[in-house]
Amino acid sequence: MHPAPSIILFTTLSGLGFGLLAFLGAGVILPTGLAAFLWFGLGYGLALIGLAASAFHLGHPERALRAFTQWRTSWLSREAVLSAAALLAIAPHAAGLVFWNTPVPVMGAIGAVLCGVTVFATSMIYAQLKTVPRWNHWTTPLVFLLAALTAGALLTGSGYSAQMLLAWLAVAMVLHWILGDGQFARRGSTLGTATGLGLMGRVRQLEPPHTGTNYLLTEMAYVVARRHVRVLRVIALASGCVLPSVLLWSAPYSLLALGIAVLLHLAGMLAQRWLFFAEAEHTVALYYRG
Amino acid sequence: MTSLPEQTERKLGLAIDLDTCVGCHACVISCKGWNTENYGAPLSDTDPYGKDPVGTFLNRVHAYEVTPQDNAPFTVHFPKSCLHCEDAPCVTVCPTGASYKRTEDGIVLVNEDACIGCGLCAWACPYGARELDALAGVMKKCTLCVDRIYNETLPEEDRVPACVRTCPAGARHFGDFADPDSTVSRLSRERGGIELMPELGTRPVNRYLPPRPRDTLQGCAPAPQGDPSTEGLTGFLGWIDRTLSRF
Repeated sequence: MHPAPSIILFTTLSGLGFGLLAFLGAGVILPTGLAAFLWFGLGYGLALIGLAASAFHLGHPERALRAFTQWRTSWLSREAVLSAAALLAIAPHAAGLVFWNTPVPVMGAIGAVLCGVTVFATSMIYAQLKTVPRWNHWTTPLVFLLAALTAGALLTGSGYSAQMLLAWLAVAMVLHWILGDGQFARRGSTLGTATGLGLMGRVRQLEPPHTGTNYLLTEMAYVVARRHVRVLRVIALASGCVLPSVLLWSAPYSLLALGIAVLLHLAGMLAQRWLFFAEAEHTVALYYRG
Repeated sequence: MTSLPEQTERKLGLAIDLDTCVGCHACVISCKGWNTENYGAPLSDTDPYGKDPVGTFLNRVHAYEVTPQDNAPFTVHFPKSCLHCEDAPCVTVCPTGASYKRTEDGIVLVNEDACIGCGLCAWACPYGARELDALAGVMKKCTLCVDRIYNETLPEEDRVPACVRTCPAGARHFGDFADPDSTVSRLSRERGGIELMPELGTRPVNRYLPPRPRDTLQGCAPAPQGDPSTEGLTGFLGWIDRTLSRF
């Protein structure tokens, strides 16, 4: 799948933002006044920048409000509705802390749960697609949820939770890669089943249907990054989980170390998301198999 | 509404005869022509006469080589367009309700005025039947020529999809798969019509009629590979071979 920068930014930054808001909503830390303004501002900012980035890949962003209507069937629509609900639910809690030094724990808790469900809905946009077997797997929501929670723990400086979550995230990422590698073959779709001609013999492409490229190939048969998969996986794992964990362990009370850990984690997660898209194979590529 | 109808009154679709298709691409061109000049945003091309021509098509003809276990390989031309699935995953993923499946005839359509061009439906389709138009920014797909088949201003013989009307080989058949006596149902029954990627559970309506069994071709063993042999050469050629072999 084509790793569009807008979608990589959308999933990474909104995950970061909703993770932070979930921790703030749950009352893991209760900043007040200006500190609360900055903390909630960061959470809202990241979530909204992420959501805005997702609008950049739309053919008609001016019609984006229509995406709130089909929540009965569409995970993308559910994600839109839930993200709006989460941001609204946390608002009284945030405003209470910023202006009156008073938390509104009920709204905070509801908002925290909604933040988690929003990230789950984001992951299901991808995990629901049977056409992309690597995504159509329980490790997809697991990685998305753990990534968001890890970001929340890091951004609120919750050292112990962060250490636990970084470890779990590392395990989930490795599982997603290892199990994902065999997922396409396990589903059994081949050029033979795609054309139905497999019943008659061995099938291979003799001639493509067009001389140039097309939307299907550029969007769903992206192969550029696959060559660097191993290096990128190491980078994602090291920068996303191992190095932040080492930093937190070696300098537990240093704000500078925490800041660097957050930036490293962000870089690692961007690499992970790049791989998430670039490595994913779509069944339509079968029709172009030699 | 992106909920799928539990059942459609009719199941309009195509039966495509892979034995008859000659791979002329006339269906590709007539489809592009009709759907550019009629309903919806035109199917655009970018750089059509330049170095890097790319365009939107609703129907594309692949060509495959099939090698049976005990017979000579043969070529199959393979037109591919929307299969108007009964369990169409492209419809349910749509966040705006632009994608829908019609209850009356089962045709899967896009309301282009409601499409935000997110591209998720194209990702959800296993077959590559949907293409986002680069200029219009909306999703395009086969409409089964909904603006022809019910169009009473057209002569009756033209009230079929453009690809069916134009096919010079008669390889494309249009009809109602819900009616067991329709031509397409009968053809599919008699010829063992194939469903594409049944393992994904999309329940496509369109059927592909597989190439009929070939005669076993005698004496068509593959040509010998490797170095040509000079064994047993005599006379003048043998002398040349022996002479050249010394060096």
